[in-house]
Amino acid sequence: MKLTLHIWRQANAQAKGKLERHEIDGISEEMSFLEMLDLLNEKLVTEGKDAITFDSDCREGICGACSLAINGRPHGPGQGCTTCQVRMRSFKDGDEIWVEPFRSGSFPVVKDLMVDRSALDRIIQSGGHINVHSGPKPEPNSIPVSHPVAEEAMDASACIGCGACVAACPNSAGMLFTSAKVSHLGLLPQGQPERYSRVQSMVHQMEDEGMGGCTNHGECQDACPMEISLAFISRMNRDYMKATLIEPDQRRGKLSNQ
Amino acid sequence: MNLDAGIPEGPIEEKWSNYLEHVKLVGPNNRRKYDVIVVGTGLAGAAAASSLAAQGYQVKTFCFQDSPRRAHSIAAQGGINAAKNYREDGDTTYRLFYDTQKGGDFRAREANVYRLAQLSTNIIDQAVAQGVPFAREYGGMLANRSFGGVLVSRTFYCRGQTGQQLLLGAYQALQKELNTGNLEMHPRTELLDIVVIDGRARGIVIRDLITGEIRSHSAAAVVLATGGYVSTYFHSTNAVNSNCTAIWRAHRRGAGFGNPCMVQIHPTCIPSTADFQCKLTLMSESLRNDGRCWVPRKKGDTRHPAQIPEEDRYYYLEERYPSYGNLVPRDVASRNAKYVCDDGYSVLGDQGRAVYLDFNDAITREGKKTIGERYGNLFDMYEEITDESPYDGPMRIYPALHYSMGGLWVDYSLMTNIPGLYAIGEANFSDHGANRLGASSLMQCLADGYFVLPQTIGNYLHDIYMDKVGTDHPAFKQHEDSVRDDIARIMSIQGTRTPLSIHRELGELMWEHCGMARTAEGLKTALAGIEDLQEAYHKDLLVPGVADGPNQVLERAGRLADYLELGHLMCRDALERNESCGCHFREEYQTEDGEVMRDDENFQHVAVWEWKGKEDAEELHKEALEPEALPPMTRSYK
Repeated sequence: MKLTLHIWRQANAQAKGKLERHEIDGISEEMSFLEMLDLLNEKLVTEGKDAITFDSDCREGICGACSLAINGRPHGPGQGCTTCQVRMRSFKDGDEIWVEPFRSGSFPVVKDLMVDRSALDRIIQSGGHINVHSGPKPEPNSIPVSHPVAEEAMDASACIGCGACVAACPNSAGMLFTSAKVSHLGLLPQGQPERYSRVQSMVHQMEDEGMGGCTNHGECQDACPMEISLAFISRMNRDYMKATLIEPDQRRGKLSNQ
Repeated sequence: MNLDAGIPEGPIEEKWSNYLEHVKLVGPNNRRKYDVIVVGTGLAGAAAASSLAAQGYQVKTFCFQDSPRRAHSIAAQGGINAAKNYREDGDTTYRLFYDTQKGGDFRAREANVYRLAQLSTNIIDQAVAQGVPFAREYGGMLANRSFGGVLVSRTFYCRGQTGQQLLLGAYQALQKELNTGNLEMHPRTELLDIVVIDGRARGIVIRDLITGEIRSHSAAAVVLATGGYVSTYFHSTNAVNSNCTAIWRAHRRGAGFGNPCMVQIHPTCIPSTADFQCKLTLMSESLRNDGRCWVPRKKGDTRHPAQIPEEDRYYYLEERYPSYGNLVPRDVASRNAKYVCDDGYSVLGDQGRAVYLDFNDAITREGKKTIGERYGNLFDMYEEITDESPYDGPMRIYPALHYSMGGLWVDYSLMTNIPGLYAIGEANFSDHGANRLGASSLMQCLADGYFVLPQTIGNYLHDIYMDKVGTDHPAFKQHEDSVRDDIARIMSIQGTRTPLSIHRELGELMWEHCGMARTAEGLKTALAGIEDLQEAYHKDLLVPGVADGPNQVLERAGRLADYLELGHLMCRDALERNESCGCHFREEYQTEDGEVMRDDENFQHVAVWEWKGKEDAEELHKEALEPEALPPMTRSYK
């Protein structure tokens, strides 16, 4: 298979980037998209040119390092898979392909196709956890969790933190990502004590990262490699609403103070 | 080299509690005076760093990924063992210890393995408290599945994403500590040297992978949690960036390397069919709960598998090992897949080597929905890669490099022979001997990270109270300069060979001669071949681009230098060990029916190698293993 690639090259965060044209031949259908880029890079290196920089690690769709948009779509043409899982059989001989980094104001380009997604880590830092130390804990079977609840929590927790949802959203909203963590922990009994403080701090952090709000386009769900459901966003909105009404810190104040 | 493991007194079940009763501690108000560096933030590193920061130590973490959540622990699929005995099927702490020791072919350190079995149940409690969504039964209780090499159901799981969920638990705990101010995180950095001053580990030298800057960090103790080294083989189930650099550079500064030749070959991976492949994808061992391994009885049978009647199928594991069947340990399953392919029964014919893993019986018995709930994401992954659905026909699988049981030598407290330098998780050698049972790597990483290291490190730190060394010490400058010289040298060669091409060749040599079956002659061929590759590396390497910015080719080149040296040592270790045990199968030492033949009289020891400088050969030391609770026996799964 012979392809024409237009690949985003950008020296660093401050530099102006541009699309660079490459012709590549000898691509087989079984290759993954990233193996195709490996091949191109090997060619560039042999010619003494600077290789194209892109993040990737596990190459099996679980680490979430892939941050490529192929023909404008985060993670490319596949449904429910990451860039590293896209196989070249999705393309045909003679195709022209445009490869860019995930585009979002919250994800500055580091170099070429590599972006900075530390915004997602800061959202988790703000509240995406349960405050327990290492040490003896209660026997887990003493707190039963019904099968459907455990499964739904797992659906949400399957998020790989790639940020495709943010890149796909016309508003650059981080709501699918944030709601997945809010829902995972909010569904389980262990997450109840901090349920309402968590949702508030995470939503506020998301806003501080410059991410927009959800206006129900559904692009995030469509681009999500783990097929995480939009329904979690509704769940987060509901929890946020409740939190602002019943926030314990305010409830503890005396009426005269309010 | 001091190889005193410091195993506590007393009967095996009391050793850990004896240790804890006598260990020296650092008081809560003094812990903030100690910096601890943790390199690698996968399961072991994130668990240790979050626990230490929560205790009050000043922790600095380093990882090459952009976020700790991307460490390769995330790819572990099947599950984690714990001796909870929820199924009332006869599980006990002793049985988990027994299975692990036997699984490792009696080449692990008994006291460590017993402690691991004791701590296994705490891990589940800890993870559940963190919100890890383990699979539950309809009544709300935790569910279990079985793994190879055992006769009980003790594996806890989150679909086929157990590693991901446990890592996210540890990662979240780590992010939480950022809020306390006890933790500082340095993602996108790579360790390039360990600073040892007056015999103690005092810090590290790193390269910032974005700016290319070389920097030093000092600390009272350094913990390496940087994983294993099977990327040496190029094709493996490891991530493309997983590497041996941190442990190898520690070794070059004096840390002993234990059992380098002990690497695990996982039986069920998607076979390698083309040389452009960057890695091999694992299909979880849990699939062998319901999948049956077979090949056609007739060579070159090109019929569609569904058309091959029962009597023409050779269920080789079930026939050879009736009591464990498809759930034999990994080394046994891998070796048998190799044997049937060696004999010409590969189901890929001339295209490659593979056997069938068939779910048809399970789907007929329990329905597509139930099997889908159990393995859905693995089936999807398989279909994405091969374009064939395991619901409609068997998977084609073949063994691939997966895990390294060897690693830095550590004592009972997980400290290497360099005081102040610790190695935890896959980076150390201690718990799995010559073969690791499924679902025990997550267990070891978390036991080391959450429960062992946080309780042993005080014993060392207590000792060096008030004695501080900062990065202004001249040794740091010297180490930085040597790292800079190394990089400048790599960039200046400007030859014709790309790092990828040399790495690929190294991988082929290692797989051929130091893989599933090894011979003295083959290992010698590999040693000579690696020496040629080392020469090609030093004379003809080509790394374009610059060193003062992101340069992934340069990163790969730096790691490759270490793979070449480590690969050489692995072959030497394999050559030196004139016996077969677990994964280490020397063709010269086998029983009549092709099983491994151990030599306890001469090889019941850990082979610990000492770096003697670039020009001199490594020196072999031995830590004798003295099993008391479980005397070695013939390892049979028939």
